[in-house]
Amino acid sequence: MSQSERRIFNPAMECIDREQLRKLQGERLVETVKREYENVPMYRARMDAAGIKPEDIRGLDDLKYLPFTEKTDLRDYYPFGLLASPKKDIIRIQGSSGTTGKPIVSGYTRNDIAVWSEMMARTLTAAGATCEDVVQVTYGLGLFTGGFGAYQGADKLGAMVIPMSSGNTQRQITMMKDLGTTILCCTPSYATYLGETIREMGIDPGKDLKLKAGCFGAEPWTEEMRVRIEQLLEIDACDIYGLTEIAGPGVAFECLEKHGMHINEDHVIAEIINPATGEQLPYGMPGELVFTTITKTGQPMLRYRTHDICTLTDDKCACGRTLARMGRITGRTDDMLVIRGVNVFPSQIESVLVGADGVAPHYMLIVDRVNSSDTLEVQVEMTEDMFGDTVSHIENVRKYITGQIKSVVGIASKVTLVAPKSIPRSEGKAKRVIDKRKL
Amino acid sequence: MFIKQISVFLENHPGALREMTELLGKGGVDLLALSVADTQNFGIIRIIVESAQIDPAVQLLRDNGYIAKVNHVICAEVPDRPLGLSELLAMIEKANLSVEYMYSFQRASSQGEAALILRLNNGDKAAKLFQMNNVKTLSQEQVDAL
Ligand SMILES: [Zn+2]
Repeated sequence: MSQSERRIFNPAMECIDREQLRKLQGERLVETVKREYENVPMYRARMDAAGIKPEDIRGLDDLKYLPFTEKTDLRDYYPFGLLASPKKDIIRIQGSSGTTGKPIVSGYTRNDIAVWSEMMARTLTAAGATCEDVVQVTYGLGLFTGGFGAYQGADKLGAMVIPMSSGNTQRQITMMKDLGTTILCCTPSYATYLGETIREMGIDPGKDLKLKAGCFGAEPWTEEMRVRIEQLLEIDACDIYGLTEIAGPGVAFECLEKHGMHINEDHVIAEIINPATGEQLPYGMPGELVFTTITKTGQPMLRYRTHDICTLTDDKCACGRTLARMGRITGRTDDMLVIRGVNVFPSQIESVLVGADGVAPHYMLIVDRVNSSDTLEVQVEMTEDMFGDTVSHIENVRKYITGQIKSVVGIASKVTLVAPKSIPRSEGKAKRVIDKRKL
Repeated sequence: MFIKQISVFLENHPGALREMTELLGKGGVDLLALSVADTQNFGIIRIIVESAQIDPAVQLLRDNGYIAKVNHVICAEVPDRPLGLSELLAMIEKANLSVEYMYSFQRASSQGEAALILRLNNGDKAAKLFQMNNVKTLSQEQVDAL
């Protein structure tokens, strides 16, 4: 594959010497802490309570003394309580609906939009994009950061942007064909759906389309899903990571090595902590990802807990970038299901399904409690490859999947085979769990 | 001896079988034989149609989101009298073969005979066994002529 060129948008920062980077991060952290203490009552109160003055924070090593920020803080201080700049300097609001209660919002200054655009321009460049490219933005353009993030990055690159927003698959495909889209930005589940639809329509991506790469994020996905998307669309599929609280998509991005996402460390500091104790963990250990913004002025964040589980590495990448990389998100501290006392991440079940030959990667987990014991049902779509004319054949397939899930997750489940395409394909964050115990 | 059979996957929900047979009926597909294998979780519908209708029927099913596959089964004739079937089954059992499933045609076969669809655990061995024991079988053409 990989007909894409390997370029680096900002070599001075993306290939910076790591010692120099630590120094830069330290300086920027000191400034950010000062800004927070002077302008944001919540941070001032928390630092006072912890007995920390801004001048106590002298560099990167002092980061661990700072208080954490939680998503609930953004709700509690909604909408403008965490701004560190005067409201007149805020030029944009982005946010996320949140599944419960109040939405959360983030205010951006002109500086913050520029920083975010830079991150996303680096992201697109790492996937092979240049000013020659046609970038189709299929993330929703709205309060959700996906659409605007991709748009701004492509705009900074000077690429031709098609701001499609989400939905209307037929029109997406028509524009993709007519305008010769080369770079696709959407969720991985929607990319799969687009690929399936394109194939069903008899379109040959190799001949009829000009797609060469995609930046896919906003939901966790797996290596197996990457293989499927790359085959369906005949492209390089790169993972991206971002969150509204920190900036939006582009906080971290994959290069064409496809071996973890480079974190834009000149703008954010990434830490891995033990979610139970809050202590910092060394690189290589899985734990909760925590971000501190160090160039943001509108709504900077100190030690924001993402509740995403992953690992970090600063091993050299073949692409030449020195920016540390985060591995795939393998779970959420708060999406984690505790079933019969065992921690279960939906991504584990997905990895089993996509790893099994002929099994579709779409699934739904239904957790329930029957006679005070937890039950896990895994709905899997029947495929041509799995189907046979005898009950014993299908039961064997079912037993195989059940056994694989048991070996990876460690608990017994009931696998139910459902009709093809009956599990909803989400255009946003795919909802893959129904926990009836909470209803 | 071997004839083509269409198998269809059905999710286990009320009306699933009716919806599928309605689809085939409206598409002008005439079902010569049909069997339903029903488990707690799913169903397998197996149908025999005239050879000319096999491809259109499979296409129709797939176009409507069904998983459908064509495979080969044995079509055998057994004497339509007491013990006619059990003699055949005894022969299969003696040869250490087993029946995966079995069903019969809607229409009568030749006089005094009943036509059965059979799937044994080993198709090749079954074919040899039937030949050796002179079990009458029907070809695809003979089924079309029923
Ligand atoms: Zn790299």
